[in-house]
Amino acid sequence: MISLKGKVALVTGAASGLGAASALLLAQHGAQVVHADLKPWPEEDWHAIDVASEAAWRELVSHIVAKFGRLDILVNAAGISLEGDTVLECTAETWQRTMAVNLDGTFLGCKHAIPALSAGGGGAIVNFGSVLSQVGDGNAAAYVASKGGVRLLTRSIALHCAKARNNVRCNLVCPGYILTPMVEEWLKGLPAGARGDLEARHPMKRLGRPEEVAELVLYLVSDEATAVTGGEFNADGGFTAW
Amino acid sequence: MIQQEKGNTAMARFDGHVAIVTGGASGIGRASWQRLADEGATVVVTDIADRCEGLDDLGARGLFVQHDVRSREQWQALVETVRGRWGRLDILVNSAGILREGTVEDTDYETWRQVMAVNVDGTFWGCQAAIPLMNDSGGGAIVNVSSVSGLKGDAELAAYDASKGAVRLLSKEVALFCASRNYPIRCNSVHPGVVETPMVTTFLETMKLSDVADWSQPIGRLIRPAEVAGMIAWLSSSAASLVTGSEFTIDGGATA
Repeated sequence: MISLKGKVALVTGAASGLGAASALLLAQHGAQVVHADLKPWPEEDWHAIDVASEAAWRELVSHIVAKFGRLDILVNAAGISLEGDTVLECTAETWQRTMAVNLDGTFLGCKHAIPALSAGGGGAIVNFGSVLSQVGDGNAAAYVASKGGVRLLTRSIALHCAKARNNVRCNLVCPGYILTPMVEEWLKGLPAGARGDLEARHPMKRLGRPEEVAELVLYLVSDEATAVTGGEFNADGGFTAW
Repeated sequence: MIQQEKGNTAMARFDGHVAIVTGGASGIGRASWQRLADEGATVVVTDIADRCEGLDDLGARGLFVQHDVRSREQWQALVETVRGRWGRLDILVNSAGILREGTVEDTDYETWRQVMAVNVDGTFWGCQAAIPLMNDSGGGAIVNVSSVSGLKGDAELAAYDASKGAVRLLSKEVALFCASRNYPIRCNSVHPGVVETPMVTTFLETMKLSDVADWSQPIGRLIRPAEVAGMIAWLSSSAASLVTGSEFTIDGGATA
């Protein structure tokens, strides 16, 4: 089985959903996990961070390196999807906040983590895209734009790191609709039958579980995936196959 | 870091699973059956060659069948052999493949047909033959070996590119078919970059050094067959339960 023993991993959005499932699975495979989320959490190695704040990133990465002496893995799972996100409804505030968290947050995380990953001899970054990094939706203008941005940012980072020969890999995970608190909350506001319609958009006819996405994250950050960089990997029940 | 659990009582990932791996005498196919077997699988290894080194060490957990993947009849016979002997099939890795150089202008029809017959027909007949037994076994996973050449073009590889593009979409078709029929079978394609296999190194020997440099991948090295086998094993495992109809690249950034 995959072992991450001796590795230090930073996971954003770690309080819920895909971030929480990823943090848990990485820890179960031996990683020392540092959890970061917007929400404060009264436990050791839980950090409140607004990923859109560059100062917060600088501080968190310095803290990790000071405390553990290294950083090996970064999982940028923090993300938001706001209401009222059709191209006509989307306000400047919604647009900017979505871009700030999903895209700026991923950029800043990579920018400030890469020197630490590199200093330890290399490492792995997993960024969270979505099937909506690859196809449009019609109801998610800012979200789709932000996730499409993360997709190409990931490729750009992978090429930069390959060129720098710093042994840092960077890949994108593209989940379909997963039963996270974010999606469950969203479904509550929709008419009855919406969940069935959403399930039917996935050939497997079901929504995914966070643990299933976490398995893909685990594979990509592990030494199993040493030749894998700049790729995008779907865990979507076939959503993008048709 | 992979810890093999040899000689202890912990369940290995593929204990009790039966896998067919084509093109198993060398390269990615060989690394794949070795990895699946290391983790407990019984492996039925096929190749156009008449033998496969090392398989005997597995005893009853290994079987070699000389097999021409182009033949629908041979595929049906192979799957019947597996059904008769083990009564189940959990994993199919369609790894048999050939590479022939040639542009769209200078590729003759015979070469074109040869590449299509092995790479595309072989994969197609394999999926067709395997699905019923996999479904009877309660489900399974098919991994088809495509290439970065199934994702982007190359002026010198007309037939190979077309064949690997076909494998990519055939894999999605198989995934959607199985999902639509509620067969618990997943199907995905893997897209390796330049891997250190006999097929590729033989090909590279025919090229000028400057061409080889053009082929080099952003990470600056060839990919090892065992690395591709690791991805194939992951896709074959229950960890990939949500993954179907997808294309998994392992190319050191070549398609980034």
